[in-house]
Amino acid sequence: MRLAIPLMITFVAGMIMIFQFFVPATQSIGETLQEWYMIVASFAIFLGSVNLLYVHTHRIRFKGRNWKYSPVTIIGFAAMIITGLVFGIEPGKPFDYMFTQMMVPMGATMFSLLAFFVASAAFRAFRASNWRATLLLISAFVVMLGRVPIGAMIWGKIPLISEWIMQYPNMAGQRAVMIGAAMGMVATSLRMIFGIERSYLGGAD
Amino acid sequence: MNWTVIGIWLGALLSLSLYSFLYKDNPFYKFAEHLFVGMSAGYWVIYTIMNVLIPNWWNNLVPAEGGMQPIWLIPGFLGLFMVLRVVPKLSGLSRMSLALIVGTGAGLSMTAMFQTNALAQVNGTIISLGQGGGWFNWVSNIIVVAGVVCGLVYFFFSKAHTGIVGKTANVGITILMVAFGASFGYTVMARISLLIGQTQFLLFDWLPTMGIHL
Repeated sequence: MRLAIPLMITFVAGMIMIFQFFVPATQSIGETLQEWYMIVASFAIFLGSVNLLYVHTHRIRFKGRNWKYSPVTIIGFAAMIITGLVFGIEPGKPFDYMFTQMMVPMGATMFSLLAFFVASAAFRAFRASNWRATLLLISAFVVMLGRVPIGAMIWGKIPLISEWIMQYPNMAGQRAVMIGAAMGMVATSLRMIFGIERSYLGGAD
Repeated sequence: MNWTVIGIWLGALLSLSLYSFLYKDNPFYKFAEHLFVGMSAGYWVIYTIMNVLIPNWWNNLVPAEGGMQPIWLIPGFLGLFMVLRVVPKLSGLSRMSLALIVGTGAGLSMTAMFQTNALAQVNGTIISLGQGGGWFNWVSNIIVVAGVVCGLVYFFFSKAHTGIVGKTANVGITILMVAFGASFGYTVMARISLLIGQTQFLLFDWLPTMGIHL
């Protein structure tokens, strides 16, 4: 019974979504189910937040590693929640101010830090050990060079070659990956709808 | 109080704290990192409430024209069951919510996503062959078609990669290597662009607040 009801819900929800695609009369049921899906899935953020607060309060209580920084996380979390609920999220309100003046620069900085790490990782990993690795290296190098002014200054055709690589061989590779993944997704979806794949239910028998 | 200048200083100091990690792990970095995690979580909670739950759930449960639609209590309860995962005795209820998410997601993947990620891609690949534009364009389109077919053969593991299948898969690997290289280069440039943006912010927005003009 522990598994029967969830498996039944999965089957019914999956079949409704498939039917609504082919049978126009069932489209409204499908749309409602999609809204339910969005609502239920969005509750996962609360689960994540409860977990985040639990981890940090636990760390403070037992003086775990880097526990002195945990209050910063909790205060940052509380500040966004309080300002969002009390003042609203419209432009010019404290919530929006904290988002644009603090979160946006921090997000951009975090992602720009990756430029350094990617560069150092590439330096170690990109060895022209065989001709395919060399091809990967050349392809990456040309694309990078084609997107900065110095590329065109070295040779006027570099941006064109970079664009060609992006539009043709890159698109072919990406499409192969996408189609392959879509096939895998169909197989996995069928397994889930028919209850063959049950690992998402916590591995219970 | 000039809130714009305060905002620039907050952004600059937090950015510099994060960049200090390039030297080594330090308390400034840890402070900014923890603040970013907390604020991001808070931001997404509010975003979810304001942009998903209120318009899609609350406004359907209690419509503006009055009355209550009890059917909308079901997703509310399923959402609540999801959060109850943190209560050991009631964590089993979260399976119902997961079942709805997985079932709907699987149904969507079977149809809508398959149509966009597989059929539309096949369509786009084949149609490119019929386009004109001279011999160079034609050769380029042949590369796309051959690349997609060979790439797919490489991902087909039900048959041993020997003989003609092996040779086709080898061409597929070559195309994939070029694609991965291009994607890598593209990603690096996107990060570099963010770095340039942040450097410009520090040089042309923050420094002038101290009277330093470059």
